[in-house]
Amino acid sequence: MESKMINHSVPTEYQSEQGKLNILGFWIFIAAEIILFATLFAVYGVLHTRTSDGPTGEEIFVIKDVVIQTMLLLTSSFTAGLVIHEMRRGNVRGLITWLIITLALGGGFLYMEINEFIHYVHAGAGIQTSAFTSSLLTLLGTHGAHVTLGIFWAIMVIIQLLQRGITPITASKVHIWGIYWHFLDVVWIFIFTFVYVGGLI
Amino acid sequence: MDIKWDKILITGDPLILGSQIAIVLTMVGIVVGLTYFKKWKYLWSEWLTSVDHKRIGIMYIIMGVLMFFRGGVDGLMMKAQTAVPENTFLDAQHYNEVFTTHGVIMILFMAMPMLIGIINIAMPLQIGARDVAFPQLNLLSFWLTFAGAMLFNLSFVVGGSPDAGWTSYFPLAGKEFTPGIGNNFYMVALQIAGIGTLMSGINFIVTIMKMRAPGMKLMRMPMFSWTTLITSLIIVIAFPIFTVALLLGTMDRIFGTHFFTVADGGLDMLWANLFWLWGHPEVYIVILPAFGIYSEVVATFSKKRLYGYTSMVMAIVVISALSMLVWVHHFYTMGVGPAVNSVFSITTMAIAVPTGIKMFNWLFTMRKGRIEFTAPMMWTLAFIPTFLIGGVTGVMLGMAAADFQYHNTLFLVAHFHYTLIPGVVYAVFAALYYWWPKVFGFKLNERIGKWHFWLFNIGFNLTFFPMFFLGLQGAARRMYTYSEESGLWPLYALSAVGAIFLAAGFAALCYNIYWSIRYEKRTTENDPWGTARTLEWATATPVPHYNFAVVPEVTDVDAYWEMKKNKDNFALDPNKIKPIHMPSNSGLPVYMGAAFLIAGFFLVFEWIPLAAISAFLIFAGMIKRSFEYDDGYYVPVEEIIEKERTWRGDSKWKAK
Ligand code: HEM
Ligand SMILES: [Cu+2]
Repeated sequence: MESKMINHSVPTEYQSEQGKLNILGFWIFIAAEIILFATLFAVYGVLHTRTSDGPTGEEIFVIKDVVIQTMLLLTSSFTAGLVIHEMRRGNVRGLITWLIITLALGGGFLYMEINEFIHYVHAGAGIQTSAFTSSLLTLLGTHGAHVTLGIFWAIMVIIQLLQRGITPITASKVHIWGIYWHFLDVVWIFIFTFVYVGGLI
Repeated sequence: MDIKWDKILITGDPLILGSQIAIVLTMVGIVVGLTYFKKWKYLWSEWLTSVDHKRIGIMYIIMGVLMFFRGGVDGLMMKAQTAVPENTFLDAQHYNEVFTTHGVIMILFMAMPMLIGIINIAMPLQIGARDVAFPQLNLLSFWLTFAGAMLFNLSFVVGGSPDAGWTSYFPLAGKEFTPGIGNNFYMVALQIAGIGTLMSGINFIVTIMKMRAPGMKLMRMPMFSWTTLITSLIIVIAFPIFTVALLLGTMDRIFGTHFFTVADGGLDMLWANLFWLWGHPEVYIVILPAFGIYSEVVATFSKKRLYGYTSMVMAIVVISALSMLVWVHHFYTMGVGPAVNSVFSITTMAIAVPTGIKMFNWLFTMRKGRIEFTAPMMWTLAFIPTFLIGGVTGVMLGMAAADFQYHNTLFLVAHFHYTLIPGVVYAVFAALYYWWPKVFGFKLNERIGKWHFWLFNIGFNLTFFPMFFLGLQGAARRMYTYSEESGLWPLYALSAVGAIFLAAGFAALCYNIYWSIRYEKRTTENDPWGTARTLEWATATPVPHYNFAVVPEVTDVDAYWEMKKNKDNFALDPNKIKPIHMPSNSGLPVYMGAAFLIAGFFLVFEWIPLAAISAFLIFAGMIKRSFEYDDGYYVPVEEIIEKERTWRGDSKWKAK
């Protein structure tokens, strides 16, 4: 617990010793998350042709909506980058503004995803229909649950930024949240490529 | 939501009724005792909420000992059942439940907590750190493991135990074939404990990467810390796979999905693959720290540097990589085909090479050493030949063609007990005897230790050696009984007698702990064994909560040995002492453990609305944590000086 030394030559989030440990720890956590999603992808890869009496992917995917979802999430990743940029400039207001915009985009994504699920259920592709739908909805659902968590997490961070401004601690929280958000975006790109585009080819 | 009370409380079985009564009486006893002796506050503020890695380690070990008892009783019950042919002590269903809970508890709630506890105690000290990287997370890991264990054990008295084996193979473990809620306990309890384990893995990696004492390069790190690092790495890689497997299993059982079902496209072999993708690395997660313990003990009591340090490190790295590439050897017979089987045969047998290197290194460490036969060393010496039997029979099982002959027989059961008991349990014993004086300031008694050693060793070999031959004669595993005509009785009986010795050995250990607490000579010697080599022995005994007054500089492997060689008399310059920053205790992990336990309980019973509501208890805890800005506190210089003066003695005190 060598803690308190503040090193001003590095970005704020790296200035406290604990902040540095947190960031490394979180990267390792992300490694574990990558394996978690890789496993879900593998499960989907094994089961996606096993549709039983239910519909296939081609029959239910609405590619236009998925493209919009992708745009929303990609843009939110870009704005999440601006969040860090504003933080490095020490601009709390800019930081919070971009954070809120990012969350709005994330919320839009979630809204579309919920609609997508409703559409699947109406199309006779509920989670209990077949191995294919079980694995599809679990993969999407796990990602969606992560996004939801990310949104609530960011709200907590925003409140703390309002209370305390940019300190080594709040900065490392923003930074870690940023890693998480970008990671979810990367996972989505894989989902888009392998599940939707791959499912239509 | 319909609550079927008759399904919840299990009635009518005398064994279970007896345990229910015993549990209630014990709980009442504990509550009354704590209240009578006014120990609630002490327990809460000094232990349950303590973020001190040594205390957390002790709590893990206490839990491990309790679970060893529970799992051991399960083992004894199975041995009693098969002691005579056509026995009716346990019926088939009950036997299924007993081997399932035995396997799960021994591996996940005995072996893992014991080793994580030992890591918690020894690793930060070995690398010269004042705590782990995330002390509060460390406590959370403990409470999640504990909550998982409690939920799992609850199955015995409410709801019914899981009964599909510790491997919980689908479709047997699915709703179609086991409609009760017993197997929900497996899915949910292991999930909760698994999250805790993953957090421990991350915590240990960051601790080792970032908090080593100045000068301690990775290649100067004590071997036990090395094995901790690699084990943690395997945890981070393998546990998320189990997380997913358990999630899908839960979904199948509770939400009617079709991952592993027979109907609607489900694929039961998918579970087998996911399970063993985690399961095989898991056995290396428990074996590697054990190897680390033996490495420390063998060097200390041979009074020589560990032979082949670099090759030891290479060996564990290679073992960890291979451990991910062998999972199919658990189901050669389930139809993956000869080509695949051959590949996995080769990877499996390849593991014998790095393991053999380690064996030879331990032997060479002892060669020409002045060996001292202390209790930890005895366990290490017993480990080598017995583990060798486990390893050789493992190579036999690894040959796919041969495996068709003895898979799923007691030959396999004998094999894995010959790896797990010498590999893990002996190592845990060695570690307990070895580090005990460092933590508590007195040794465990050597004479009673000999009783413990001989009873356990004789018992172990007597119990499990006959099982090899039972297996070769065709006794299948997981069979609750056999006929008289089978001619298996004599060996089964021999094995049952062995189990009595095993139980006596365990009793001797418990008695030893009790006796030593009361009567064993106290010591404040920083190096009670006299021949220790690593940093944990370079500070006071018992270790002060801040670990090191001044973090030592490291110039070589065996840092403490070097200090002794250089006649570094532990003179300490008081002017060098600065206030030490330490983390504060926290009640939040206890709360989180309780929240997970409650939510998990409702999920097991499939009361979804209640489970969803109690999930908010978990979120509330997370929010609380997010807003916590506790910077810990500083240990004042006077307190450190006072403490250091007492153990170093005035002569070693450079007053300036
Ligand atoms: C302490 C003395 C022990 C005794 C008397 C004992 C006895 C047994 C017996 C009789 C079985 C079942 C054999 C059958 O298939 O019918 C068994 C299974 C098993 N044991 Fe042990 N055991 C002991 C310790 C351990 C330890 C220390 C571990 C692990 C660290 C362990 C792990 C297992 C596992 C994983 C199984 C397989 C369970 C299954 O089939 O699902 N045992 N043991
Ligand atoms: Cu294996």
